[in-house]
Formats: sequence, structure tokens, C-alpha cells
Amino acid sequence: MKRINNLQKLYLIAVFIILYAPIFYLIFYSFNSGGGMSHFESFTWEHYAAVFEDKRLIIIVLNTVIIALLSALLSTAIGVLGAMAIHFMRNKGMRNAVLSLNTILIVSPDVIIGASFLILFTMIGVKLGFASVLISHIAFSIPIVVIMVLPKLQEMSSSLIDAALDLGASRRDVVTRVILPFIQPGIFAGFFLALTYSLDDFAVTFFVTGNGFSTLSVEIYSMARAGITLTINALSGLIFVITVILVLGYYAISNRTKMPLTGVKK
Amino acid sequence: MNKGLQRIYMLPYALWIVLFVVAPIALVLYYSFFDITGHFTLSNYKSFFSSTYLTLTISSFWYALLITFFALLVSYPTAYLLTKTKHKQLWLLLIIIPSWINLLLKTYAFIGLMGLYGPLNAFLEAIGIGKQQILFTDFSFVFVSVYIFIPFMILPIFNALDKLNPALIDSSRDLGASSWTTFRRVIWPLTLNGVKSGVQVVFIPALSLFMITRLIAGNKVITLGTAIEQQFLVTQNWGMGSTIAVFLILFMFIVMVITGGSDKGASVNEKNK
Repeated sequence: MKRINNLQKLYLIAVFIILYAPIFYLIFYSFNSGGGMSHFESFTWEHYAAVFEDKRLIIIVLNTVIIALLSALLSTAIGVLGAMAIHFMRNKGMRNAVLSLNTILIVSPDVIIGASFLILFTMIGVKLGFASVLISHIAFSIPIVVIMVLPKLQEMSSSLIDAALDLGASRRDVVTRVILPFIQPGIFAGFFLALTYSLDDFAVTFFVTGNGFSTLSVEIYSMARAGITLTINALSGLIFVITVILVLGYYAISNRTKMPLTGVKK
Repeated sequence: MNKGLQRIYMLPYALWIVLFVVAPIALVLYYSFFDITGHFTLSNYKSFFSSTYLTLTISSFWYALLITFFALLVSYPTAYLLTKTKHKQLWLLLIIIPSWINLLLKTYAFIGLMGLYGPLNAFLEAIGIGKQQILFTDFSFVFVSVYIFIPFMILPIFNALDKLNPALIDSSRDLGASSWTTFRRVIWPLTLNGVKSGVQVVFIPALSLFMITRLIAGNKVITLGTAIEQQFLVTQNWGMGSTIAVFLILFMFIVMVITGGSDKGASVNEKNK
């Protein structure tokens, strides 16, 4: 294959610089002792200290993390069941219909999801706050888990299940000892994606969160609307570090689970 | 497999489909027929076809088109060059990482970058153009949106290009096609599905952005998304908001049909491999 020339290299480098510049710009000024993002006065940790001293902000961070973990766990559980249901569906038309219903929430704009969930919650009387945000996050994460798990199920040869049944495994055994171990990489991938979708969501949460409850995205939005505060910069520095660690962790896991793909573990 | 097992699986997932996929769409449709005082009416639809909302829809489409076009313009060459690098999966990962940073933070960064005393203006001053109002213009809106969507556009195109059999390109060149012809007649048609899914993941969200319009465009640009948010959360006119949402859903389906309709091409690709 042809190697890329210098001009093309320059283009790629330019794209990378543009992609990363805003992030590093934010982090750079998080160490600024001056007030804004234009003059770098001197180095300071004070904005980071401010993040950890702000009790309200810490509660919001905790809320965000709890919502993300809980919604990822629950949506993974429901999504895996859903993927199995779709996979073992005999009726092809029905299967395609369910698959299209599944993709609706993935392609729907966040504004639509947020607005329609807001109507739904007020209709059935769910109080806006922790519960409504958690339920929405579970709801929009489920289809992603299904999409991640389904290809793994299709990879699995059905003779594995037949063999297990012939050897006297109960149906529960088939699920817990054959199917679940096989699709484990898909489950992990779905879980991580659900986690990041939840952490990253702004629009849906913005619609269904009441007055008392807030997640990080919503909080940053209201802070940013008020103007520049370097506390946000410090926060973004922390988030960047955590994100990179998460990404590396995800790749470590997905690389490790790639290896035993050929057989059933244990 | 057996049916009893299947039914138990079905339950939570089926419940989810009914409650969170079917019911919300039905509710939006239902609400679109009520005015702000709760009376059944078709006036929402009538006002949607008034000039205010039609201009809004057209300008929203125009911005979404611009955003999608520029995102594609930047992403296609990037994806193409990425497939030629040595550690392409690593480079791809590096492209993806910024998309995992919270959207709000990236947008917030541009408030500083494009501000009157920000580095962009300092640069403009240094090269003699002088200070410009960059923030709160349509340029800043399109630029930031393109920035946000680039990774999402690169990913499907990269996957399509990566699957492309290099022997096809070689044979095209051997048969005397120029690089441009090879691109136009071989590479582009075979990666069109990647482009289509890229367009799909950019165009629909671009129609409904509302956070970037508020923070970066300073209400200068109003998209369908902004209008919905305005109706639902500010003026509390859920009926009108739902009507706009109904049309947004409609546009979404149209875009999906246009960009998703060629699974045949994809299967041909598979066979070629």
C-alpha cells in the first residue's frame, strides 16, 4: 500500500490539533490564577481546590456517577434479555419490526426523547428528579446494549445450545453457562457504551430533571450561561483524566476478552 | 428455541418498547392537537405552516446541511488517511477520545477560544485583520457544530474504507484509471454506505441542536430543537412544542429512509471481501 506523503501527514496533524485544542485550552487555563481564559497570570491549584470545596458540586458529581452506574447496570440487564428475545424470535417480520422499534430511540434527536419523556412522566405522575432522570437514562441506553449484544448472539452457533441441551443441561444452565459466557464481550461493550451515554447526556436530562436535582452536564450548562468560571476548567481537567483512564480500561478489557472468543470459558 | 423461555425474556424488553418507544411518540402526536389552554384544536398545525415556522424549518435545514457538508468534507480525507497510517486503530482511538469528553465542556471551551479577548482574536489581530466578533454569529455556530460531529462522521467512513479490498484499487490503477477516476468510480461508491450512516448520525442531531445555539450562537440561530425546547420549557406551550416535534420525527424518518435504504450495497460489499 502507498504510504502517505508529508502534505497528507500535515492534514492529519491539523485535524488532531483542532480536535484536541479546545480540551487542552480548557485544562491550561484551569491553572490560571487570573480570572478568565485570556491572560495567563501564574500557576495555581486554587480552582481544583474550589471544586473539592464546593459541596453542591460534589453532590452533583456523585449524582451523575450514581445515575450512570445504575442506569448502565439496569439497561444492560434489560438489553441482554431483549437481545436474546430478538435473536430467538422465529417470525422474521416480527423480528424486523422489533429491530426497527429498537433503533428509533438511537436515532431520535435528544430533544424529542426529552420532550416526549417529559410528557410521559407528567402523565403517569412520576415526580421529576432522581427517578425520572434514572428511568430516562435506562430507557435510552437499552437499545444500544441490544445493538452491541445482538451480533455476538448471531456469531454463536446454535449447535452449542443443542449440544448443551442434549447433554442434559436445563434451560437455565443453557443461558447462564453457555449463552452468557459467550456473549460476555458484547455485554461489556454495551455496559460501557451505556455508561458513556449516560455521563454525556445533556438534552434528555435537561428536560426531565426538576428543580432540585441536577447532573454535571446540566450544571455546566447553567454555569456556562452565566459566563466563564475557572471552576468549570478545573472540573474539565479532572473529567479529561478520568475519561482517558476509562477509555484505556475499556480497551484493556475488550482486548483481554477478545482472546477467549473461540470457546466457552470455565 | 423453546417458547416458554422466550416469553420470560420478552417481558421487560417488551414493556420498554411499549412504555418508552411507542407511548412517547403517541403522546407527542396526541399533545400536538391541543392548544395551551387544553382544548382540542388544529391551530398548532396551522401555525406551523405560517411563515415564522416555515422560515425556521428552512433555516434549520440549511444549517444542518452546512454542518453535515463541512463535517463530511473534513472527515472523509481524515478517515482515508487514517486507514493508511501504521497503527490505524490507535489513531482512530485518538480521534474518538475527544468525542467522549462531555459535550458541554467542549462547547464551553469555544466560549473562551472565540471570545473577544480569546486566542482566536489575538491571532486575527496579530496577522493584521483586527478583532472580530466571532462568538454569537452563524459562523461560530456552524464551526462548533462541525467540530462536535467530526468524530461521529469519521467512524463509519473509516470502517467502510477499512473494509474496502485494496486489490480493487490496485486493479483499477492497473487498468489505467487515474487516481481521481479510481476515487470516483471505485472508492466512493464502495464507501457510500459509510458516508450515508455518517450523514445520518450528523444531520438528524444537527437539526435539533439547542444547547450550542444558546451558548455559542447566542439565540441568533434558531433550530427546530431550540424551538421545541423554547415551547416546552419556557413558554410551556406543550401543544405547539409537540407539533414541531411531530414534524421533526417526520423529517427524521425521511432522512433515515434516504440514508438507510441501500442494504443491498452493503451485502455486495461483504461478498466482495
